[in-house]
Amino acid sequence: MISKITKYLNRQTNAAPLAVFRICFGIMMCFGMIRFWYHGWIETLYIEPKFHFSYYGFEWVKPLGNYTYLLFVICATAALMIAMGYKYRLATITFFLSFTYIELMDKTTYLNHYYFISLLSFVMIFLPANAYFSVDNIFRNTSYKNVPNWTIDAIKLLLGIVYFYAGLAKVNSDWLFRAMPLKIWLPSKYDIPIIGNSLMHQDWFHFAMSWCGMIYDLAIPFLLLYKRTRLFAFLMVLFFHIFTRVLFPIGMFPFIMIVSTLIFFDSGLHKKIIFFIKNVFKGLAPKGTINFKAYYSYHFRKPVITMFAVFFAIQVLFPFRHVLYPGELFWTEEGFRFSWRVMLIEKMGISTFKIVNSETGQFFYVDNSDFLTEFQEKQMSFQPDFILEYAHYLGDHFTVQGHKNVQVFVESFVALNGRLSQPYINKEVDLYQQKESLKPKDWILPFNDEIKGL
Amino acid sequence: MFTLRKVFWSVLVLWCMLACSSSSEGNPNGGNNGDGYDRGALLSNLADNIIIPAYQDLSAKLSTLKTAKDVFVATPNQSNLETLRKAWLEAYKVWQFVEMFNIGKAEAILYGFQMNVYPTSVSDIESNIASGSYDLEHTNNNDAVGFPALDYLLFGVDSDDTSILAKYADDKYKTYLSDLVNQMESLTGMVLTDWTTSYRDTFVNSTENTATSALNKFTNDYVFYFEKGLRANKIGIPAGNFSATPLPEKVEGFYSKVHSKTLSLLALEAANKSFNGQAYNGAGKGESFKTYLEFLKRDDLVSAINTRLDEANTELEGLQDDFYKQINTDNTKMTQTYDALQKIVVLLKVDMLQAFNISVDYVDADGD
Repeated sequence: MISKITKYLNRQTNAAPLAVFRICFGIMMCFGMIRFWYHGWIETLYIEPKFHFSYYGFEWVKPLGNYTYLLFVICATAALMIAMGYKYRLATITFFLSFTYIELMDKTTYLNHYYFISLLSFVMIFLPANAYFSVDNIFRNTSYKNVPNWTIDAIKLLLGIVYFYAGLAKVNSDWLFRAMPLKIWLPSKYDIPIIGNSLMHQDWFHFAMSWCGMIYDLAIPFLLLYKRTRLFAFLMVLFFHIFTRVLFPIGMFPFIMIVSTLIFFDSGLHKKIIFFIKNVFKGLAPKGTINFKAYYSYHFRKPVITMFAVFFAIQVLFPFRHVLYPGELFWTEEGFRFSWRVMLIEKMGISTFKIVNSETGQFFYVDNSDFLTEFQEKQMSFQPDFILEYAHYLGDHFTVQGHKNVQVFVESFVALNGRLSQPYINKEVDLYQQKESLKPKDWILPFNDEIKGL
Repeated sequence: MFTLRKVFWSVLVLWCMLACSSSSEGNPNGGNNGDGYDRGALLSNLADNIIIPAYQDLSAKLSTLKTAKDVFVATPNQSNLETLRKAWLEAYKVWQFVEMFNIGKAEAILYGFQMNVYPTSVSDIESNIASGSYDLEHTNNNDAVGFPALDYLLFGVDSDDTSILAKYADDKYKTYLSDLVNQMESLTGMVLTDWTTSYRDTFVNSTENTATSALNKFTNDYVFYFEKGLRANKIGIPAGNFSATPLPEKVEGFYSKVHSKTLSLLALEAANKSFNGQAYNGAGKGESFKTYLEFLKRDDLVSAINTRLDEANTELEGLQDDFYKQINTDNTKMTQTYDALQKIVVLLKVDMLQAFNISVDYVDADGD
C-alpha cells in the first residue's frame, strides 16, 4: 500500500497539460474580471448597496468603496500574469487572495462556480504550472519537461468532485420524480428557436432532462478518466454546457468547465496547442537559450502533499455537513452552500420585517427597498442567515434612529420547487435577540413535506 | 482520430449555434405552433377586452367631467357643483381599472403620477393658484394634479359648500380647476390613442421572456401595483403599517370623505378581473394569468389566489365608507384588511412569479 502510494507520488508526466491549463485559466479569469466590470456589476453589486451580507466569520470583509475597482484590476492583472506564467507564485497567491476577497464581500452574489475558482486558484498556488512554457522559464533560464503526475491529478480530482457531487445532489425525489425545478425553468424558455415551443413544456422532456442531468454529472468524471470514452465524454461536456448556457444565465461557468476539461486529455493534444500558440507568437520568441531539465522537483514536497491530502479530505467531507442539521436541507439551507448544489432548487420568498416597541407594542413594517437592492432583497427573502443578518442591521438602524425597546420580527413566506408558499420563519421570535452561529436555527419553521434523497 | 482541428471545429460550430440562439429575437408570436401556451392570446385578451375598453370608458367619463366642469366654471352654483362632483367620482371609479396598466405611453409620460398621487399637497395647489403660472406636468406638481387635487378643489377647498362656491368667484380657482381637468382628459386621450393606433400590436407581439417584453413588464407591473398602489397606498400607509402611528389623512379621497371604500373595492375588482381575464365590458372571459397558471398545472395556486381575493373583498366590504373615520374609530379592521391583501401579495409575488419564471429586470447578474 505505502509503496504503491510512494510509487504513485513519484510518477512523472509531461508538463504540457498543466501549462495549457494555466494559460487558459489565466485568460478566462482575466476576461471574467473585465466582463464583470463591463456589465457594471462592480457598481451595482458592490458599491451601490448600503448594506452587504457577510459570511459567518468574515464580517470584516467589505467592499472598499471606489477602491473596489482597484481590487478587480489587481485580480485581473494577476490572472494575466498567471496566463503568461510570469512571477507565477506571486500571481497565483495574489489572484487567490483578491478573488476570494471579492467573493467574500457580499454573499448575495454567492455562486458555486466562484467558490470553485477560489478553490482551484488555491490549489494552483502549489502546482508547478509555470514549469513549462512560461515567462518564468525565460527569466530563470530553466524549463522543465515533466512534472509530478499527481499535480495534474489534483486538478482532475477537484473537477471530478464538482461534477460527482453535483450529480449526487440531484439524487432526490424532487429532481427525479417531480422533475423539479426543471418543470418550472424549462417552459419559460419558450423563446428558444425550434425547441422552445415544441419541447420545453413537455412533461417527458422535463423528466428526461432531469435524469440525464443526474446521470451526466455522476458519470462524466469517470468517462473522462478512461481513454476510450474520453472523446465521447468531451463531446458530452461540450453539448451539456452549451445547452445549459443557452437555457440559463450562467455567465462564464460553462466555458470554464469546458476548457478545464481539456486537462483530462493526453499531453499530445496540449503539445499541439502549445505549438499552435508558439506559431502565433513567433516574433516574440526569446533570444537566449533555455536549459531544459527533465524533472521538476518540489522544495517542500512533503508539506505540500500533506496539505493536499488534508485539503481533499475536507472537500470530500464538507458537502455532507448538512447531515448534522435537522430538517430539510433545501428548506433550511443549513449546509447548502459550498457543496456543489448547482442549479438544484427553485426557491422564492417574501420577507416583511416588523419593528416593534416591546414596551408599548407599537409597530411598523419596513420597506426593504429603503435598505436593500432588489437583488439583495430577492436573495435575502428565502435564506435564513440573510434574514437574521438583515434583522440585526434593521434593529441597529432603528435603535440608532432613536426607537426604543426595538424588537425585530419577520413575516416570511417561501415557495420551494413549485409548492404553494408556506410560512418560513417563526414570526413570534425576536430575531434581534438571536445570534448567528453554526448551530441549527430553531426559528425556521418546519417544511411540511418531504424530499427524499441524499 | 482525435485532433486539435476537430476540437477546434466542434467548438466553433457549437459556439455559432449558441450565438445564433441567444441573439435571436425569439418567436414573435410566442405563438401556439406546438401545443404550448399561447401567450399572444393572453396579451390580446388583456389589450382588446380589458385595457383598451377601460381606457375608452375613462376617456368618455373624463369628457363628461370636462363638460360638467365647463358648466360649473360658467355658472358656479350648488347644482352644477353636485353634477361636477358626480362626474368626478364616476371618472375616479373607472380610473381604478386603468391604474395598474403602467405600460407603453402611460409609462413613458408618467401618466399615473399625473393622475393619482395622494395625499395631494394643499400648499402646492394653493401656491399654483395664487401664482397663476405652473407646469402641471412637472414632477414637483405630481401632488397638485389629478383626481386627488380635484378631490381637494371640489370638496375641501373650504369648510362647507357655500364657502366652496364662494371660492369659485375667483377666476384663478376656476382656471386651475379647468386646467387640471383638461390636462387629465388630454393625457388620457394620448394614452388611449397610442393604444388604439400602434401600441396594441407592439404589446400583443411582445411575448418573449426578457426583462423588457410586454408580457414580463405587464406581469411585474401588475404585481407591483397590487403591492404598492392597492395594498400599501389605499390601506397600509393610512393604517400606519409603515409608520409609528396611523396616518389617516393619507387615505384616497380624503376631502370627499365617503368614497375611499368604493374606490378600493373597485381597485380590487379590477385586479381580480385582470387576473381572471374577465372583460371590462360584459362577462366574457379570455386568456389570463389564470389560464396560464392552469397550463402550468398550477390549479392549486389559481384557487388559492381566487379564495384570497374573495377574502380580501369581504374584509374591504366590512369597512366604513370613509377610511379616515375607520382608522380613527377602529384601525384593527384596516390592518386586518391589509393582512388579507398581503396574503395575495405573497401568492402573486412568490408563487405566481415563480411559476412563470419570468426574467426579472433587477437580477442583473449570473446565476449558477
